Amino acid sequence: MSQSTTNLTAGPPAQKTGSNSLTAGLMPGWTWIVVAGAALVLGAAITVVLSDQFAVVGWVVLSGLLYIVGMYLITLVLETRRRATDMLWKNLVWTAFFIALVPLISVIWTVVANGLPTLISNPGILTDDMSNVVGADDQATAAGEAPLMGGILHGLIGTLTITLMAMVFSVPVGLLASIYLVEYGTDNWFSKAIRFFVDVMTGIPSIVAGLFAFSGMTLFVSTFISDSPAALQSVKMGLTASIALSVLMIPVVVRSTEEMLRVVPNELREASYALGVRKWRTITKVVLPTAMSGIASGVTLAIARVAGETAPILVTAGYAVSVNWNVFSGWVTALPVYIYRQLINPTAPAAPDPAAARAWAAALILILIVMGLNLLARVIAHYFAPQKSGR
Amino acid sequence: MSKSITAEDLNVYYGDFRAVADVNIEIAPRSVTAFIGPSGCGKTTFLRSLNRMHEEVPGARVKGDLYLDDDNIYAPGVDPVTVRSMVGMVFQRPNPFPTMSVRENVLAGHKLNGTRMSKSEADDIVEKALRGANLFNEVKDRMDRPGSGLSGGQQQRLCIARTVAVEPDVILMDEPCSALDPISTLAIEDLIADLKEDYTVVIVTHNMQQAARVSEKTAFFNIAGVGEPGKMVEYDQTSVIFNNPSNEQTERYVAGKFG
Repeated sequence: MSQSTTNLTAGPPAQKTGSNSLTAGLMPGWTWIVVAGAALVLGAAITVVLSDQFAVVGWVVLSGLLYIVGMYLITLVLETRRRATDMLWKNLVWTAFFIALVPLISVIWTVVANGLPTLISNPGILTDDMSNVVGADDQATAAGEAPLMGGILHGLIGTLTITLMAMVFSVPVGLLASIYLVEYGTDNWFSKAIRFFVDVMTGIPSIVAGLFAFSGMTLFVSTFISDSPAALQSVKMGLTASIALSVLMIPVVVRSTEEMLRVVPNELREASYALGVRKWRTITKVVLPTAMSGIASGVTLAIARVAGETAPILVTAGYAVSVNWNVFSGWVTALPVYIYRQLINPTAPAAPDPAAARAWAAALILILIVMGLNLLARVIAHYFAPQKSGR
Repeated sequence: MSKSITAEDLNVYYGDFRAVADVNIEIAPRSVTAFIGPSGCGKTTFLRSLNRMHEEVPGARVKGDLYLDDDNIYAPGVDPVTVRSMVGMVFQRPNPFPTMSVRENVLAGHKLNGTRMSKSEADDIVEKALRGANLFNEVKDRMDRPGSGLSGGQQQRLCIARTVAVEPDVILMDEPCSALDPISTLAIEDLIADLKEDYTVVIVTHNMQQAARVSEKTAFFNIAGVGEPGKMVEYDQTSVIFNNPSNEQTERYVAGKFG
């Protein structure tokens, strides 16, 4: 046995001692805590000196700036210029992230803080509408002599029926249009025109959609039914609002579905064709099921987008104080319109606080609905997605 | 089952570009024929014209005649769907339907066409097709698991089973082993040897050893240069192509001296 093999099979290698040259020259891991603490203290001091009192916003902004500058300088001194630049940009990116979060957190916080107490103290607001609520009731509430009257049930029902009806219109139209775009009119001038106008439609102001639906319905009623004042009055109904919302919804459904159909691999279509399967069966049985999760979540997001629309519903559905399940007749109130009216035209002009309380509660419910729809879209996308692995 | 293929002056175009020029070939039923040649020489394009699959590429068209036994599949009025139900195809990358289980994948050709069948009939078809693809024993306990959960080689055999299940006359294979490891490749090659008992098999391959192992006749395709159409240079018994080719290009290609 040679010398070298004995060396190779010798016992455990000698313990490595001393410093690791690869980690030499690094700042200790707790540096940022020290810098952050110093920045907070210094920021507080400067805020007090400059404004004679303690301003939270100024303190946060100043401390943030001090922290970024401080970390840069410390890293520059203790480590290298490259690491300092890296640190600077890392902190700037984080700052941008927090700034982006500010409006979101602020909105949610405001709505929860204003709406939640009303919802907790008056759960009946969810099961009551505004019929039988008059100005005197709100004045009594404001004076502390009566509990909060009225509720948002008719708004909830209105949002539900109008949005559902809009879905009934826009999902088939949007789905079939995108199937045409992807599967049939691959790149002809007609599909290019459709794609262009769908893009234009995505950007139209929602009030225009409302006016379009309203004038279109007026034209329809006066031409085919009657132009008596009563008939023209009947134009304001849930159905008209649904048409307005579907004008807003269709482009979103078309574009999201188109993207989803486009990512279905061509190999699957060819595999189906190679089995002697016809094109329409390939589309309905292979392409659509494969893209279903994306399509369903896209549709859900489109619903969430239109559920919060105010202007088109305001001009098309009027304003009602009681529950109206019938989308084909009578005025309907949707939640966003309810919020708007309660704030702008309080039930008791002399005592607007109860109306504002109801509006905040309605706003909270509306945000919850939209959030719920977004979560639902994720759940759908997860459960409808083709199973990637079964092993 | 099993038909002969005859091409007469077949030209394949993509728009104005002629990709394959003047192919004349006779492929016997119940045989394995390999197409070899450098990349871009038109062998896959020609293969896809055998079941009118190339028409799925916008602008692609064919001039010439192609007969399955005595029927010209490019005669006016022929439904490409009918042609494809007679000429099945296996693709380069395994492409089982991701929304379907193993069992549903095998039955896809029937189910997607809306054919009604009893469960026992379906079971028979599934077992026969999977046994035909040498896959039955490996997947019999996981028929209801997603087809995309199998290994690459198993997925490719599942795709072959799916093709066999609709009982075509001809099976086209477009580099079926190029995405597979040697063991899976061997399994597929064994399978091709079995398939030729019942089907006319045409296989495109870049692997010359594979062509030599599995095929009885071999066609060598080549292009004169970029922008030129691909042509079939030589078509003969596989042993002749690899040992004693009559064309100098073929000799250089099979000897690895090409280009």
